[in-house]
Amino acid sequence: MLRDAWLIASKDLRVEWSSKVLTGQVLPFGVLVLILFGFGISPDRRVVEAPERAVLEQVAPGLFWMAVLLSALLALGRSFAIESVDGNLDALKLTGLDPAGIFLGKGLAVWLELVALEVVLGAGAFLLYGAPLGHPGLLAVTVAATTTSVAAAGTLYAALASGLRVRDTLVPLLVLPVLAPVLLGATLATEAALFGPAGDGWPWAGFLGAFALLYLGAGILSFGPLLEET
Amino acid sequence: MTQVETANATRGATSSKATRMLGVLSAVGVAALLLFGLILSPPDVAQADSVRLFYIHVPSAIVGLYLAFGVTCLGSIIHLRNGSVFWDLLAGAAAEIGVVFAGFTLVTGMLWGRPTWGVYWQWDPRLTSTSLSFLLFLGYLAVRRLDLDPAVRSKRAAILGIIGFLNLIIVRQSVQWWRSLHQGSTLNPVDAQIDGLMLFSFFLGLIALTSVFFWLLLHRFRVAWMEHQIEAASVTTALAARRSEAADYDGLAGNT
Amino acid sequence: MTQPGNPSPEAGPTSARPTAASLPVVALDGAVTLLGGFPALAGADLRVQPGEIVLLEGPNGAGKSTLLRLCAGLAPLQQGSGRVLDNDLSDRVGRRRVRRAVGLLGHQTSLYDELTVEQNVRFWARANRAVDTDIEPALERLGIGGRLRDVPVSGLSAGQRRRTALAVIVCRRPHLWLLDEPHAGLDRAGRDLVDDLVRQAVAHGATVMLSSHELDRATELATRIVTVAGGRPLERGPSPEPGPGSARTCTGSADAA
Repeated sequence: MLRDAWLIASKDLRVEWSSKVLTGQVLPFGVLVLILFGFGISPDRRVVEAPERAVLEQVAPGLFWMAVLLSALLALGRSFAIESVDGNLDALKLTGLDPAGIFLGKGLAVWLELVALEVVLGAGAFLLYGAPLGHPGLLAVTVAATTTSVAAAGTLYAALASGLRVRDTLVPLLVLPVLAPVLLGATLATEAALFGPAGDGWPWAGFLGAFALLYLGAGILSFGPLLEET
Repeated sequence: MTQVETANATRGATSSKATRMLGVLSAVGVAALLLFGLILSPPDVAQADSVRLFYIHVPSAIVGLYLAFGVTCLGSIIHLRNGSVFWDLLAGAAAEIGVVFAGFTLVTGMLWGRPTWGVYWQWDPRLTSTSLSFLLFLGYLAVRRLDLDPAVRSKRAAILGIIGFLNLIIVRQSVQWWRSLHQGSTLNPVDAQIDGLMLFSFFLGLIALTSVFFWLLLHRFRVAWMEHQIEAASVTTALAARRSEAADYDGLAGNT
Repeated sequence: MTQPGNPSPEAGPTSARPTAASLPVVALDGAVTLLGGFPALAGADLRVQPGEIVLLEGPNGAGKSTLLRLCAGLAPLQQGSGRVLDNDLSDRVGRRRVRRAVGLLGHQTSLYDELTVEQNVRFWARANRAVDTDIEPALERLGIGGRLRDVPVSGLSAGQRRRTALAVIVCRRPHLWLLDEPHAGLDRAGRDLVDDLVRQAVAHGATVMLSSHELDRATELATRIVTVAGGRPLERGPSPEPGPGSARTCTGSADAA
């Protein structure tokens, strides 16, 4: 299963390496979203209770994760677009690859792409919105768990919509309500990691971890029936 | 059941003795609910007359989110296990009605919010999570409408139906957890000073709406079942038509 | 063997399957396949014995592709029964075994545009659990081992894509080759190559089903011709009387689109 996963993931990353869709299109899109949020929430607006702080700084965690989520939708669409162009999904069904391995492989590629994206967007958010970093450990755990949740649930739902002409419009409708709790948890945990106290964030990090595990399990179980279909 | 089914299918009706009984029960239940909810039960000390919305709001939330989507989840599990068309169609019918109930819950919740909070929307945990669940199952219904091979579509919908229900619980818990940090007042009848008649009205609402749900479910399911049977019946004609194409070809090729 | 000196990667199945003469490779009885409610296959009966090269011919939309996809375990079997390589097509496990044991060349080539020819063949060979040492000879055999090796597939012509897809199948060493119009888009040398590969595969114990509108060429290759029309095979005599321009070729209605 893990060997198959690595085969798929390395293939996806190689496709990305030569096409540069992620670095050339998705990443700039994410940065654009960050800048547009700045337009939506005026950078001069101050927090009422604490006038020395900008609103933008205070809501930075939520905006960052929103930007990640929107970019992730594009990355997920891309992950399955490359399989549905030339009948590749059929060819995958004809291989002896373990369906769970295919799920984990596609998820792993998306995971690595998202982490790269988050590093850049995180730096961007830090530059644009400006926020202190109080608890790096909590932040690292939050990022890892959130990314796993997004990659696992996203891969599962993108596979459910794969092979359809309406895929691009269907995936957001399916994925976003599902990831709403993840956005919630990630935002609150990140707020705690930046502004403290860390004790407020750890329960949410745990929630994110549980969510990630649940969707990893769901994906491993349901990819079999999904690829089984004729 | 099959005899009744086929008899109904040929007549083109979705009603049976069971649905007629449920229909009467629903009508009586709703009438009684109106009587108790609007007239016989007293106004609340704190919320005055707006408390009466609870008698339909909370039952419709319970029936829509848990009962209807629970049936969808159950049907999806059974369909995945044995490929049963019956349970697949039942799951789909339940989800459609569940979305209607969830929508009704949202509307009544906002109507309650206006006099109570002064605004229609207050990021109340239950209301927020209900809106997300509503969207979650709109996605499920979108998958059911996809232009796919019926067997493939049913399988995908079933996977979605199961995960969707699990996710509904996650959404509700997380939103609850999130908002409970910020505010105490919420759309919850238990908070209110419970009078015996009020509690009775609430349970009456629960029974009446459950009955309405099953009544609608049976009708909606039978429509889907008949559509399925029509499709199955049309296969025979389609097969014959398809085979007759061969005659043309043989004629052209100068064979036979 | 056409090239006795060659390590012949297109050698047949990895493990010669002990198929008794009585056990057909493909056995369909009244197979019905519905695609979106349309009966693409309307009660197909077909027996294919080990070592046969069966040519499926018939008009466009007759059900040839669906028939091949059904034998690959990719198209659904709604009615009737079907066994391929002694596995039940209506059974989940059986279908999975069938999928692994066949080599399907469809209308699509299933290649990643962004990857090079070699990367594509290597990925699919690994995914198909092929032996790594089979890859190099396969590339050479299909004539894509030279300059083309490092060209991204998006830069290939239709014929070159087909050669790459064939290289993947060669590495796979299938028990049953299912070739959907393998001659389409190939030059004369390419079509000769396809015929060579088919003959070699059969010599090594595989069985082949192919569809083609190149009837002159294909009838010469095939050991049996089956006409498909109206969603099912209309069996013809077991041994075809090949010959260019024979009365039974029906190019009139079989438009090669």
